[in-house]
Amino acid sequence: MSNKLIDLKFKVNGKEVELKVNPKTLLLEVLREELKLTGTRQSCEVSACGACTVNIDGKAARACSILAVQLNGHEVVTIEGVADGKTLHPIQEKMVSHGAIECGWCTSGMVMSARALLLENLKPTRDDIKKALQGNLCADSGYVKYVEAIEMAAEVMQGNK
Amino acid sequence: MEEIKNKYSILGKRIPRVDAPLKVQGQAKYAADYEMAGMLWGKIKRAPYAHAIIKSIDTSKAEMLPGVKGIVTGKDFGGFKWGWQGYTRDETPLAVDRVKYMYEGVAAVAAIDKDIAEEACDLIDVEYEELPAVFDPFEAMKEGAPLLHPERKTNILVEYHWDFGNVDKAFDESYLVMEETFQTPKSAKGYLEPPSVLAWWEHDTLHYVGAKGSPYMIWRILGRAFDLPLSKVRVISPIIGCDFGGTKNDGHALDFSACLLAKKTGRPVKIVYSQWEELTTCLRRHSMAVRCKMGMTRDGYLTGLYTNCVADGGAYARMSVVSMYLANGFNTVPYKLENFRTDTWCVYTNNPIAAAMRGHGRYHTQYAMDGVMDMMAKKLGIDPLELRIKNSIPNPKPGETYYTVNQVRIGSCGVKECLEKSGELFGWDGYKKENKVDGPIARGAGVSASGFLSGARLTGHNSCSAVVRINEDGAVNVLTGATDVGMGSDTAMCMIAAEVLGLDMSDMEIKRVDTAYTYPDPGSYGSRVTIYAGEATMHAAEEAKQQILSAAAKEMDVAPDELDIKNRRIFMKSDETRFMPWLQAVRLACYQGNGNVIVGKGVSRRGVKPAVQAFEKGIGDTGTNYGFAAQINEVEVDLETGVARCTERSSMGDDCGFPLNPTIVETQGIGGSYHQGIACGLYEEFIMENGNTLNPNFVDYKRPRVYEAPFPKFHHAITQDPFGPYGVKECSEATTSTGAPAVISAIYDATGVMIKNMPATPEKIWRALKEKKAQENK
Ligand code: FES
Repeated sequence: MSNKLIDLKFKVNGKEVELKVNPKTLLLEVLREELKLTGTRQSCEVSACGACTVNIDGKAARACSILAVQLNGHEVVTIEGVADGKTLHPIQEKMVSHGAIECGWCTSGMVMSARALLLENLKPTRDDIKKALQGNLCADSGYVKYVEAIEMAAEVMQGNK
Repeated sequence: MEEIKNKYSILGKRIPRVDAPLKVQGQAKYAADYEMAGMLWGKIKRAPYAHAIIKSIDTSKAEMLPGVKGIVTGKDFGGFKWGWQGYTRDETPLAVDRVKYMYEGVAAVAAIDKDIAEEACDLIDVEYEELPAVFDPFEAMKEGAPLLHPERKTNILVEYHWDFGNVDKAFDESYLVMEETFQTPKSAKGYLEPPSVLAWWEHDTLHYVGAKGSPYMIWRILGRAFDLPLSKVRVISPIIGCDFGGTKNDGHALDFSACLLAKKTGRPVKIVYSQWEELTTCLRRHSMAVRCKMGMTRDGYLTGLYTNCVADGGAYARMSVVSMYLANGFNTVPYKLENFRTDTWCVYTNNPIAAAMRGHGRYHTQYAMDGVMDMMAKKLGIDPLELRIKNSIPNPKPGETYYTVNQVRIGSCGVKECLEKSGELFGWDGYKKENKVDGPIARGAGVSASGFLSGARLTGHNSCSAVVRINEDGAVNVLTGATDVGMGSDTAMCMIAAEVLGLDMSDMEIKRVDTAYTYPDPGSYGSRVTIYAGEATMHAAEEAKQQILSAAAKEMDVAPDELDIKNRRIFMKSDETRFMPWLQAVRLACYQGNGNVIVGKGVSRRGVKPAVQAFEKGIGDTGTNYGFAAQINEVEVDLETGVARCTERSSMGDDCGFPLNPTIVETQGIGGSYHQGIACGLYEEFIMENGNTLNPNFVDYKRPRVYEAPFPKFHHAITQDPFGPYGVKECSEATTSTGAPAVISAIYDATGVMIKNMPATPEKIWRALKEKKAQENK
């Protein structure tokens, strides 16, 4: 394969980023190794676990299965870009206070899947939430408190709580 | 999920975990997130045979590849062998002259990037001579089977034959005796974070950052492997993405290879396993055939139990000696049982290595016992929940203890309460009257209850120490050798220290293990952390508190025991208006004490006396205390397709003595019973062919997702155990053990078929239903 570097210009967590990348480089590698945004996890490498979930133009996507060059002109938000400075996003806030998080390995992906869901639908049913998290494996929590935390976050974001 | 009322200001409260804010923002650093200047990437070269002699290894082509900085092979470790105990040392870091399971490591490369390291592995030429292999433990036990470790003359890794009471007599006198065989699957540990390590040598000292739940295990092993005094091995723990026992507990090819490559190249070396490497070569849960014979009276009282277990240990011993003890050691709980016998074997095969996993050992026999129990309940016409309740070990009165027939000492037992409350929360009584068939869908509910040790004391070095350090600004560092792999122990330690010192959680800071500074601790296994590290932290905080009180007492001209701490004040117990602000007392104690810092030390010595007859005879109190759990699950079975799934209707009761943090206990209980219990009951199974794993990825290896998650109602049975700090006991291994039996039992309730080789996949259920129909039509 040709190793000619290709220009990549895209937005990450609100900032313009310009890089030269190998065409076979994955978005996940650019995030973790070039930009040192290590909150996005590498785990199954085959789009099955969701630990590498980021938001691309507001939609949940698996960074392990997208080439970095495909991102030209797009906007990526990673887990590092979710909180507003020191203030946690309601999804994060509720996952912490409701005790959803155990080892934390899947957490970045859970937050990013939930964020994409709530960007699109502020009043999700429990089933909508399950559908949004269906691509995110967790190894130890039983999922229950993640789902409940997202329900609580949605309430907060609707201004109800 | 009710709030726990108690006498403490912090303990027993639903306090958020200390590490959660970092984790939720992606700031928690796991092993793979570490890198260093000049770092190389390592990769393991693996053998494509399950059993073969290594005739030669030629690394010359690989060495010529630009970017390759170093290559090591098995021989470079100088004959070093390791294992759980001296007598089980049967494994080398990389295979030396023989590979014994598919894709065992034979060499390792360090290069300037991952691609080059991988390419170099392809360029290493290894010549093999394939040997006959054996993959079935029953075959491997037979005379003439290919030997895994020829020096041992047999493939039997360990065997136990224990006998308590008079089982034959008990069976003779029983109204009903049944015997059935159950098989547990080959399954993954299930953590998602792949094993990962960064190693380097600095100032003659080996530095190691790796994802290990028991960092002091690898500390000792690396000391021996590299012939270093332990003072020159520095193991530093990152945040860990679960462990559950196995590869992330002790060691694997990557750990040794990274250290040796770093030594050889003089540069830091990082190795991150791919998920494929994890799922093909790493340690997995044993698979076990359990033949279970049980006797009962006409009223459903248990009279006797016999188990015959044969487990697949894989190519090396690891902890199988312990696993096989644990498989039967607590068959005498949670039900009263006077007659019990077992014959148990673990056998070497050319499969990947088996090892400890949450619900260690117990989960296999639990499945078989619950299965037989349900079949007998049906025959006797007794409700399965009622049958379990009437056989339950009663909760001993304060000051009394209950001894099982094999001398397990029980100071508290809430199993009956767990069962009763699970039944209530589930609505068990009304459920029986509900119509449960709707077209092709049949619903059913199943129950299971279990008990598991906490604070394992199977070996002699289970003591655990902690340091509580109060800095001159009043901020507190908690340090233990224990490792939080996700279960919440860092939070528990901070809560304990804050409670003792009368401070807030915001005053507490806990750091990860660094063997250069923290005290050695055996590790995160055997549900031992909160019991031992918790007690040590309590004592350490008390000692630190005494130093503050003494300094304040001197200044206030009173005796230290007249004082206490609350709300950042050192106050007189008899007159709360006389007080000294916390910071003033801290400064006095720091500056007038020794070394401008207050250091409190604490030890737990509960684990130092192992039960010496445990393995050989099955006798003894191998835990510090015992946790209990019960659970009820409903499943829906599609009678046409055989698909079974849990509904949200579910309940569980957990007796962890006293829930230090009820939220953490619930997440542990639900997660434990679900991911490692129900998952094996319904979904998870490696498909193997001649030692080759056919589904080594999370697409083909089915794991339960959020749609499949039951949402249990949860009951805390508070029994205040006399032997645990603040009355606590384990809170997730008993629940792990109840998950699978509860769903298998629910399928039995819904369809009348007992699945004896879980997971209950659609195909197995469909076939069983078809067979049942054929039988009925006969
Ligand atoms: S690492 Fe991308 S989905 Fe698992």
